[in-house]
Amino acid sequence: MEDCLAKKMEITVSEAEKRTGRNAMNMQETYTAYLIETRAIESQGEGQCAPMDSLWRRYSEFELLRNYLSVTYPHIVVPPLPEKRADFVWHKLSADNMDPDFVERRRIGLENFLLRVASHPVLCQDKIFYSFLTQEGGWKEMVNETGFQLKADSRLKALNATFRVKNPDKRFTELKHYSDELQSVISHLLRVRARVADRLYGVYKVHGNYGRVFSEWSAIEKEMGDGLQSAGHHMDVYAASIDDILEEEEHYADQLKEYLFYAEALRAVCRKHELMQYDLEMAAQDLTSKKQQCEELATGTVKTFSLKGMTSKLFGQETPEQREAKIKVLEEQIQEGEEQLKSKNLEGRDFVKSAWADIERFKEQKNHDLKEALISYAVMQISMCKKGIQVWTNAKECFSKM
Amino acid sequence: DLSLPNGTPVDTSSPASSSSLLNRLQLDDDLDGETRDLFVTVDDPKKHVCTMETYITYRVTTKTTRAEFDLPEYSVRRRYQDFDWLRNKLEESQPTHLIPPLPEKFVVKGVVDRFSEEFVETRRKALDKFLKRITDHPVLSFNEHFNVFLTAKDLNAYKKQGMALLSKMGESVKYVTGGYKLRSRPLEFAAIGEYLDTFSLKLGTIDRIAQRIIKEQLEYLVELREYGPVYSTWGGLEVELSEPLEGVSACIGNCCTALEELSEDMTEDFLPVLREYILYSESMKNVLKKRDQVQAEYEAKLEAVALKKEDRPKVPTDVEKCQDRVECFNADLKADMERWQNNKRQDFRQLLMGMADKNIQYYEKCLTAWESIIPLLQDKPETK
Repeated sequence: MEDCLAKKMEITVSEAEKRTGRNAMNMQETYTAYLIETRAIESQGEGQCAPMDSLWRRYSEFELLRNYLSVTYPHIVVPPLPEKRADFVWHKLSADNMDPDFVERRRIGLENFLLRVASHPVLCQDKIFYSFLTQEGGWKEMVNETGFQLKADSRLKALNATFRVKNPDKRFTELKHYSDELQSVISHLLRVRARVADRLYGVYKVHGNYGRVFSEWSAIEKEMGDGLQSAGHHMDVYAASIDDILEEEEHYADQLKEYLFYAEALRAVCRKHELMQYDLEMAAQDLTSKKQQCEELATGTVKTFSLKGMTSKLFGQETPEQREAKIKVLEEQIQEGEEQLKSKNLEGRDFVKSAWADIERFKEQKNHDLKEALISYAVMQISMCKKGIQVWTNAKECFSKM
Repeated sequence: DLSLPNGTPVDTSSPASSSSLLNRLQLDDDLDGETRDLFVTVDDPKKHVCTMETYITYRVTTKTTRAEFDLPEYSVRRRYQDFDWLRNKLEESQPTHLIPPLPEKFVVKGVVDRFSEEFVETRRKALDKFLKRITDHPVLSFNEHFNVFLTAKDLNAYKKQGMALLSKMGESVKYVTGGYKLRSRPLEFAAIGEYLDTFSLKLGTIDRIAQRIIKEQLEYLVELREYGPVYSTWGGLEVELSEPLEGVSACIGNCCTALEELSEDMTEDFLPVLREYILYSESMKNVLKKRDQVQAEYEAKLEAVALKKEDRPKVPTDVEKCQDRVECFNADLKADMERWQNNKRQDFRQLLMGMADKNIQYYEKCLTAWESIIPLLQDKPETK
């Protein structure tokens, strides 16, 4: 891990700014730009800080970077970006992309994305990534020049492979099921959590009404007045406390969302494997059929039905010279095919090996991160309980003085 | 023989006349364990199934050293309608006093289960409170009907008798004069009236807020009940995270239970007491109106005498009796109001502290649950 970029460079997405500009259609648009600041980390003991570099990037550039990484490193579980649009919102949260809270959470998510890539042993070494962080102008052109879009597999091709592949590696099949189920369960969890947050908000806010009525009541009381009034104040405090509590909980939701999107990245690696495996199977199948054709031509026996075979039966067989020529072509193709098959096999095995290594790395990261997320969630709940105890204890004391 | 300041003798045979008991009022103001000589408890609800109806009876236990009671201890069984009878009798026989409220008589069948444990327990507590309030009252606790209620083996026989007794009571009991309009309520009673109006209004608001909170809590609970199990489902997918996720699921389950208990407590202990006080205020306002009636009658009769311009040196007896009534009523009411204010303060202090306590307990239960899973979450697989 000593080589990873994150250890050598401090990376932050420190600011977000609303901008207006003209888009590709020359229409005015509003978007948010994010400031990426980088600074080389000096070894310890040296008092001086290296100078800070910075540049602005918008979300679409982050998307371009990620697409590039996904295509260029298909065997890697590429870290996901924070959501494009606000999803799983509960009523108080805005679904508006321009909402400052959403922008702020996105800023944090983008920073997290960069740090994830920078700490990845393979991804951190990518030049395009480095340029993204350090090169202001011309980066987009640089990415497009790599021609990565051409390498991208078509969705249709991938879908086809998924259905037709015969012998995918069992581990990938299991992983595919796992990622599907993970997506499903985390989505469900996020949806219910949003509803829970909504309801909890309601409970707390209604208590605020006690504040007002206790105040009104205290006006007609002599001895009880003070106690009621001050207890009412604590009820107001209680009602107000929920805002901060739920804001903090959004961070937990964001942590879960990251792994919801990570499930998609896992799925992408599985798809790639299926595609490669299918490609391999097709190539092997093609080779076998060519070999068979060759054999048939050489021995004169027709084992398999073919239109060519039928037509030659009907319209007369070929001359020996014609047959020789055909056999030669086939033999060449067979040789080519065998070489291709060998390299595809090798590719496939390499892919499986390196992909699985990254998957193991990912699994450990996931277990660690989610455990941390659960711990922080429990800590948040504990804090909420303690605040509740405090407020009600204060209120109780006021009541006791009635 | 006692007499009023203006020289008229007091009709001590009337149980309604309490000026003779003015002294006792002052003495019994501070009732602590040592000075108390009457203890009443309501407990042990039992269901009775008869051909005509099904109903609940409660055991009413009395322990006393008072001379008015033949025995030091009594244990009888009473049903709600017996309590209702007692309350009506007290209102009739002690119209100048504030009679504590009973829990509501009618419950909507189908909506509330009259025989559920929770309903019966809530009612029992209210009936117990009702009798204890009478027990603590220096005048009401000596009421004959109260005595019979606590002691009679066959209350129904006495009830039938009671019709005859009532007619013997005489005029002094009948304060329902009717038809007289009071010009203006004296300031102090007007203040009480205004106070009661605002008081019951505020209590009504608090009742609505409390109900709303319970409703929101139950809706929150519905969502929580779906939330917890999702963690469990997730745990089923995982290997290393399986136990932590199960732990979180169980934790949320514990919080659900705690929340359910909180809502139940609020419904069973908090709301009924609020409603009792609203009923109390209503009946107190009625007593104020009766007082107004008595004063109005007195003033009307006085005016009639003044208009007659007779040079009788002495005011006619019936006008004197009216004056007597007014002064007794005012005295009784004032004393009862003071007592009521004090009890109200203590009751609400206890009620609100109880509400705070229940919320504290809820949060403490949740805190324990979450704190207990922290070590589970932090557990490293190697240590297993």
